[in-house]
Amino acid sequence: MTRNFRLSRIALLAAGIALIVSLAAPGVEAQQKVQVEFWHGLSQPEGGILEKVVSDFNASQGKYQVNATFKGSYPETMVAAIAAFRAGNAPQIVQMFEVGTAIMMAAKGAVKPVYELMKEAGVPFDPKAYVSAVRAYYSTSDGRMLSMPFNSSTPITWYNKDAFKKAGLDSEKPPKTWEETREAAKKIKAANAAACGYTMAWPTWTQFENFSAIHNVPLATKANGLDGLDAELKVNSPLHVKHLQTLMDMHKEGSFKYGGRDGAGNSLFTSGECAIIHASSGMRARVVSEAKFNWGVTMLPYYKGTPGAPKNSIIGGASFWVMTSPRRTPEEYKAVAEFFGYLARPEVDAKWHMDTGYVPITLAGFALASGQGYYIKNPGTDLAFRQLTLTEPTANSRGLRLGNMPEIRVVMQEEMEKAFQGQQTAKQALDSTVQRGNTILRNFERTNRQ
Amino acid sequence: MRRRVIFPNKVLPYLLLAPQLAITLVFFFWPAVQAIYWSVLIQDPFGLRTEFVWLENFRTILTDPLYLGSIQVTVIFSLAVAALAMGFALLFAVMADMKIRGVRAYRTLLMWPYAVAPAVAASLWLFIFHPSIGIIGRKLNDMGILWDYKLNGTQALLLVILASAWKQVSYNFLFFLAGLQAIPKSLVEAASMDAGPARRFRSIIFPLLSPTTFFLLVVNMVYAFFDTFGVIHALTGGGPAKATETLIYKVYTDGVVNIDLGSSSAQSVILMVVVITLTALQFRFIERKVHY
Repeated sequence: MTRNFRLSRIALLAAGIALIVSLAAPGVEAQQKVQVEFWHGLSQPEGGILEKVVSDFNASQGKYQVNATFKGSYPETMVAAIAAFRAGNAPQIVQMFEVGTAIMMAAKGAVKPVYELMKEAGVPFDPKAYVSAVRAYYSTSDGRMLSMPFNSSTPITWYNKDAFKKAGLDSEKPPKTWEETREAAKKIKAANAAACGYTMAWPTWTQFENFSAIHNVPLATKANGLDGLDAELKVNSPLHVKHLQTLMDMHKEGSFKYGGRDGAGNSLFTSGECAIIHASSGMRARVVSEAKFNWGVTMLPYYKGTPGAPKNSIIGGASFWVMTSPRRTPEEYKAVAEFFGYLARPEVDAKWHMDTGYVPITLAGFALASGQGYYIKNPGTDLAFRQLTLTEPTANSRGLRLGNMPEIRVVMQEEMEKAFQGQQTAKQALDSTVQRGNTILRNFERTNRQ
Repeated sequence: MRRRVIFPNKVLPYLLLAPQLAITLVFFFWPAVQAIYWSVLIQDPFGLRTEFVWLENFRTILTDPLYLGSIQVTVIFSLAVAALAMGFALLFAVMADMKIRGVRAYRTLLMWPYAVAPAVAASLWLFIFHPSIGIIGRKLNDMGILWDYKLNGTQALLLVILASAWKQVSYNFLFFLAGLQAIPKSLVEAASMDAGPARRFRSIIFPLLSPTTFFLLVVNMVYAFFDTFGVIHALTGGGPAKATETLIYKVYTDGVVNIDLGSSSAQSVILMVVVITLTALQFRFIERKVHY
């Protein structure tokens, strides 16, 4: 070998070793911290803010490291977690949307209940620190909390103040009833103040689930499923039929534009195309960064003359579930418990609320934000919280817990879409929803009989 | 070097086949066997409770009007995609077989759509036809045509048929072009003495293309049944109201979204049987008409 050749081979070998060492070194360091995998389903900007909360926790102590991974939308995250569990590889924490609660609660053996986790790890945890609407949703009927609430939202009305002014409406007096909402949407469309008057995101959540709670009518028997697996849907009541008919009429007259399933309708508002939207309070971060117009918020509307209306709305959003695995160690559970204890701190709760528009889920968090003058400096940011706590929850507004709710939502959306296309009447759509939905509920009951 | 008829090494052939066989076993046979096993069970999503139910899943599906509706959508969809993809491909192949200026450029450009991934192709068509942000979609609405494939089922089906056929035209084009070029020029020249181009095509060229046509028919049918999942998922998600939910898409919806694993497995078993039968029928009856 020539000298140059030998030198270059030595240099190459040295570079290779250096590369391997540099790659392994952080791995060696990470071995010393207990690793926790946390799968979430929040896209930007909320996902980025959540990951900041996680990295703040990691920076605040040196024993545990939580690794947050975005796994896709909420339904995709749920499927990923189920597949991982079946492969024996479940993450320690998974963020599960609220309608997956029944599925997770029935999965005894796959999840570790939060009250058990916190007790075994010795981390102080007080369920009563949480807002009662939030606590009841994720606890058993005797008050034991099964999952860790974190990002809870509720739908509110967002409206485009500039479009209101242009249509000759008072931008400081947004519509309170459905009758007023329809009138406003018609005026906006007629004055061409916006391309469309009204739309919604998460159609089933805003138009059926929260609608039922606010109007104090049942979505399903057994307190919307909270009291038993043998619940039956009641979403074809006269009031529900009247409401779907109103939406169909609004669609025909052009004052309402259907934006699509799940969160697809959000962009119709932020782009300025639709002037009024019923969407999650958690859309705030997006509205602040994307809307190029003056906007305001108000509570969801109700039909004039409905007895007892408006009642409190119910939560949406997600909570964190702890998953078991054949390889789980007590240290991993302790790490999760410490992380949850961190999340329950009022300052963490308040900061998350103020950054995103999700509601403060602890009473102390709300008090902290209030004390900082946040609600005075940012009018309307306490609206979601006030709507959630508007009244003491009734049997119809404690929340809902229906098995295979994601599938039932798809059914509802399909029947709504057929109705909007003029292929069936409102009554047919809702009767079909009840029939198909009840089949799904009975199937769930059968596979989860205790 | 003397040519040997018998390959001496006993082990080497198996070693060479082993990787491909391993992949086929792991990615085809194992899931298929598991699907058959799961199709006779009812289980909760996490697999914590399973119940053996014989053929109940099959019975539930075959009496479900939604499943029968999905069969209808699939038949319309497959026939339309096969007809469009093969028809246009044949047209382009005949045109690209002529000696005209730039024919090489045309051939190259006609082959490019095949390289586009299904989801990407769907996104491209979405950006053209979306009612709010699509170029043509917006123009249609401005002209007064109510174009909204997110609500109108017929428009949604039309769009996925177009997008799926578009992707497959290149593949068919390649094979048709090769088939056309394999026809002896002397035959065509001799026929041109007696017959015009249409008659020549009908009596000489198309029959001689029949092996290619038959092969492409099988491939296009399998494509329309299975490989169009990506396009449908990215464009319409099976909606609106199940208007674009083909059999393969229903397997996905029931298995992954609704996590009804028993029903989904039974559906995929039925789908497997259907496609095997169709392919076997095609080989038995249509191959008789193929002139090799």
